[in-house]
Amino acid sequence: MDIIKSIESEQLKSDIPEFRPGDTVKVHVKIKEGQRERIQIFEGIVIKRQNGGLRETFTVRRIAYGVGVERTFPVHSPMIAKIEVVRKGKVRRAKLYYLRGKIGKQATKVKELIQ
Amino acid sequence: MKKSIIGKKIGMTQIFDENGKVIPVTVVEAGPCVVMQKKTEDKDGYNAIKVGFDDIREKLVTKPVKGQFTKADLKLKRYVRELRLDDISGYEVGAEIKADVFAAGDKIDVTGISKGKGYQGTIKRWHAHRGPETHGSKSHRVVGSQGSSSYPARTFKNKRMPGHMGNKKSTVLNLEVVRVDADRNLILIKGGIPGPRKGLVMIRDSVKA
Repeated sequence: MDIIKSIESEQLKSDIPEFRPGDTVKVHVKIKEGQRERIQIFEGIVIKRQNGGLRETFTVRRIAYGVGVERTFPVHSPMIAKIEVVRKGKVRRAKLYYLRGKIGKQATKVKELIQ
Repeated sequence: MKKSIIGKKIGMTQIFDENGKVIPVTVVEAGPCVVMQKKTEDKDGYNAIKVGFDDIREKLVTKPVKGQFTKADLKLKRYVRELRLDDISGYEVGAEIKADVFAAGDKIDVTGISKGKGYQGTIKRWHAHRGPETHGSKSHRVVGSQGSSSYPARTFKNKRMPGHMGNKKSTVLNLEVVRVDADRNLILIKGGIPGPRKGLVMIRDSVKA
């Protein structure tokens, strides 16, 4: 099993900031267009983090032009240039699926965590 | 068969490719295999090389098997297999075959002994359908019809029935080599391969390539 672990640990990133469900993040996604590579920012609320180690993923939800959009990223994906935590949220769930049923202002509202 | 190697299945994991895509891979510790004997058309009727894989203690080897190694003055190995290659001129007795005979992007076939499933019914073994669970039915997971009645008055050969499943030689064709680590003798193969972890597998260039 050590061989599997070593293959996985080679791919783990060390520069990932601490973030939890409820936090608002900016995900800098690398996009390849032929030879050129550019960065697109996807900003929204983290509604879940699941699995662990190399297989860990997180899902970001945002409302774009009135439509809910969710994108799931592997945490250690090389296509993520940077994850920026914009706002810490205070939530009492690990999975914020209830946001999917909310409309309007409530759909984007998560209480801010005050230290 | 142009090239081939013996390996041990380590397990599965995932890696990211250059486009950031996740690829499921099976890790195989392939080689180093040592060439024990060359079999030639003139002498043996066919071309092959006999190779050994995986070092073991002397205590675990019987005398007749040990003789095969001491004859060529080689270290003792757990597994001895023949690889029937088209061209064996490049191999000498005592030479090592390493994982780098294959390169990333190669298409390969992998042969192994599948995991044993024990005595299984027709539903798991042959993907038969289940009978109704309710409405007075008693034919929940039964075999069902085995054929017609007075003609042919027998059950045909190869009729799918319950029995031992798995623990049988199995080959997966046309798999892709994703990465080769020559230093650690590792081959990363896209997708699954037969057998349990630590199971012996034979890797060869694909017949479909």
